[in-house]
Amino acid sequence: MTQAEPQPQPATGSAPAQAAAQSAAATGRRKSYGRYVLGKVAGAASSLAFVLVLGFFLFRVLPGDPARTLGRGKFKTEEQLEAFRADYGLDQPLVQQFFTYLKNTAQGDLGVSYRYQGVPVSELIVDRLWPTLLLVGVATLLSAAIGVYLGVISAWNRGKAVDRVSTGTTLTFYSMPEWWLGLLLIAAFGVGIGPLPGLFPTGGLHSTEYSGDSPVTLGYLGDTALHLVLPVLTLVLVYLADFSLIMRSSLLDEIGEDYLTTARAKGLRDVVVRRRHATRNALLPTTTLIALSMGFIVSGAITVETVFSIPGLGLLATEALTIPDYWVLQGTFLVTSAGVIVANLIANLIYGLLDPRVRS
Amino acid sequence: MTGTRTEPLLDLVDVTVTYRTSEGPLPAVRGIDLTVGPGEVVGLAGESGCGKSTLASTVLRLQPSGAAVTGEVNVLGQDVQTIAWGKLRALRWAGASIVFQGALHSLNPVQRIGAQIAEPIRVHEPDLAKDAVARRVEELLEQVGLATSRKRSYPHQLSGGQRQRVMIAMALACRPQLVVADEPTTALDVMVQAQILDLLRDLVRELGVGLLIISHDLSVLADLCDRVAVMYAGRVVESGRAEQVFTDPLHPYTRALSGAFPRIGDPAARYAPAGLAGDPPDPRELPPGCSFEPRCPLAVPECAEAEPPLVEVRPGRPVACIRVGER
Amino acid sequence: MSATSEAPRVTPRQVTRQRRIMGAKRTWASFRRHRSGLFGLGLLTFFLLVAIFAPLLADPESIEVTKATGGVLESPGDYLLGTDENGRSIVALLVWGSRISLFVGILATLISMVIGTLVGLASGFFEGWPARILYRFTEWFLVIPFVPLAIVLATVLGRSLVNIVIVIGITGWASTAMLIRSQTLSIRERPYVERARLLGAGRWHQMSRHVLPNVMPMVFANTTLTVALAILAETTLSFLGLGDPTRVSWGTMLDSAFGVGAMTTGAWWYIVPPGVCVVLVVLAFTLVGQALEEVFNPRLRER
Repeated sequence: MTQAEPQPQPATGSAPAQAAAQSAAATGRRKSYGRYVLGKVAGAASSLAFVLVLGFFLFRVLPGDPARTLGRGKFKTEEQLEAFRADYGLDQPLVQQFFTYLKNTAQGDLGVSYRYQGVPVSELIVDRLWPTLLLVGVATLLSAAIGVYLGVISAWNRGKAVDRVSTGTTLTFYSMPEWWLGLLLIAAFGVGIGPLPGLFPTGGLHSTEYSGDSPVTLGYLGDTALHLVLPVLTLVLVYLADFSLIMRSSLLDEIGEDYLTTARAKGLRDVVVRRRHATRNALLPTTTLIALSMGFIVSGAITVETVFSIPGLGLLATEALTIPDYWVLQGTFLVTSAGVIVANLIANLIYGLLDPRVRS
Repeated sequence: MTGTRTEPLLDLVDVTVTYRTSEGPLPAVRGIDLTVGPGEVVGLAGESGCGKSTLASTVLRLQPSGAAVTGEVNVLGQDVQTIAWGKLRALRWAGASIVFQGALHSLNPVQRIGAQIAEPIRVHEPDLAKDAVARRVEELLEQVGLATSRKRSYPHQLSGGQRQRVMIAMALACRPQLVVADEPTTALDVMVQAQILDLLRDLVRELGVGLLIISHDLSVLADLCDRVAVMYAGRVVESGRAEQVFTDPLHPYTRALSGAFPRIGDPAARYAPAGLAGDPPDPRELPPGCSFEPRCPLAVPECAEAEPPLVEVRPGRPVACIRVGER
Repeated sequence: MSATSEAPRVTPRQVTRQRRIMGAKRTWASFRRHRSGLFGLGLLTFFLLVAIFAPLLADPESIEVTKATGGVLESPGDYLLGTDENGRSIVALLVWGSRISLFVGILATLISMVIGTLVGLASGFFEGWPARILYRFTEWFLVIPFVPLAIVLATVLGRSLVNIVIVIGITGWASTAMLIRSQTLSIRERPYVERARLLGAGRWHQMSRHVLPNVMPMVFANTTLTVALAILAETTLSFLGLGDPTRVSWGTMLDSAFGVGAMTTGAWWYIVPPGVCVVLVVLAFTLVGQALEEVFNPRLRER
């Protein structure tokens, strides 16, 4: 989207006039990024609001009679149902419930867990947050870095053996459920196949001598890292496939562009044309698409945590499934969705700094 | 390396360009001879698809990888199609440069135009200090009539005319001796067209560069050029001094092109612009004889037998038509 | 363009039909040139046939827990791929499981395609705040991560086949809507739509006769890719225990395998085959979808 015809500038002018023009242009640029930031923040805020409303809808409106649905199999008598209703204000009008819900959520009160009798959901979430962050963070960084690199190589060697093998392999990994790959990796490298011994732990985040509260020693870090190798590897293998396909496609789009011919015509070496112009420009849409994939990575992390028994938010959620521990489910839903929205926002803001076209 | 004053800047000798496609070879350019001398403005006219842009791409060896080029493309005395890559890169932009068509797509959308103009300077004159480069960029912008503050703009922030000026400024960055302008005024509205043409004329006069302009718009070429060559289906069918070709076209195709533009003061032309029926031939299925024969109002049976050679029916007026000599 | 034969009184409808048939033939010819697409199509056909002819390939009784005849977690020997913890033949489970996996995937995709196309068309075609709200709504759904939402929905709605289909359909429509919207936006500006408008065509006519037919090819390609994601989603949800407990699907097989610790006991025949089937089917749909994308979007063909 281009602006309307820009205002006439003095073609040649005195120095002060030109300086004034330059600083006016600079303010204009700052304003346009400011406007962009405002727009994106507003968008994220509206998404967060929607998530809040959706959370309320899913747990209070959708189930019909929440007490009966949520208490499936747990409450046998009418008194128990009544008590439950009173506890959670389910006997009040919906509008009032909604405002109570908003107030509580803003204060961090997300209810109480059923499985862990009486433990506040927020406490559980805070406890389990960092393993998930660690898993998702490391997996995203590694898969983005490796995936982009592979995508670039694939694109520049389009049609040759390197490209075909790479694309074929990545497509296959992309078609796998992450957790299934995790199962295979556990069987192969955790348990060992035949005479080959297992090299990595089969689950959990710590060996028996450590726990979540142990002092942070080198041994502790090393042990944690060892336990994270297979889970991270699982996520990375599947998501680097996705990212390499995205980067390859972006770069192939870029390669056909005319401005690369201009760059070559200027006498630039081919390598420079690729790196400075084509690849750098192709990284822009790739970054956006990778940021959009955060939702998938979080989803994948949830299932991988389950397979590897990593005590993070994901395991918390899937354990809550079985009871079902509804407020824990609501809490994890709100927190994971909010996390993805915030991550997307940050990625968008960074992108706005890199690509001048979105700011106009 | 520049040779004597009369050595042409651009000397095309029997250049052909054939694309390799999945449906067979596609001859886009079929034997072109063309020269451009210092300070000369030469025009290359023709409809879209006649091969003019393909020919332009060969000047700096920028034709697509699926294209086979034969003949000589001599730029400043060197055949760019056969010289070593190092020499070619040195020649690119510093010896000859191109003003590309469609400035919006020919510029890097996420790089400021000042940086894009400075880029070739830094490549060809790496020892030049940073502020000297910046000064050169500002001078170039002034030369083409843009405010120097524009150097911090991005392509999408400029109008079409401004972008075209940027392309021209960029083409002059390394002080080339030859500039090829591929459809420099297409997609600009008429007022801006006139400005760009004036700019080109002034620059040629001031800097003494040789200019090859490619356009389907004869009126553009008539105004600016010293000599004009008319292309049809990959060959030159007529050439000569610009005023003569425009006011007294000899080849039936040139006459049709020229007649298609209504002339001011000619009431008949206004109501009946002489169009031309049919389409340019598909390069994969060229007629056996003269490629213009299917659409030619003067065609006779002999025309379909063989491709007519370029013959100087008058001094300095080569024409490829067997019917012209008879007049 | 011009009529090739001077047949008397060819109606517009006949012309349209002929053009559509020729278009379909051209599409097939173009598709045939993609080896990967053909391979995917072959795989797809194989699994569809397996699912359709399941009763002929494996005795329906063989997957009933009470009528199982094999030993517990037997390694391959008597049974081609061994047995599960109930003594049922893995091969039989795979054959019958294909029905659920494919059925859920395809049906859920239909739901999300219908919702996504309607929302995408509307938000792309109309102006003003209704369209903007629809766009916003699509963005919201796009950003919410799949598994957390699906878990919540499935838990609240209860574990049944219909609910799984609904859950996957509801969580998947947003990306289709985005794609359709951008296609609609570009088609809306094309000359023939403008001409129709000027000739007095109502909005409904414009949408159904001009915009929709031109959007359909990309919809078709996108549908195929969406089925791949839907099958993955069903497998994941079943693995997490949210599937229909009375039915067998590849996902529920893996859930059981995980539950009995098949990785640690080395019962690879329980873990590997269901996953391989999922990978093959997803790969098949992906290859076909990508080939279709290239066929319908010539710009992509240089890839």
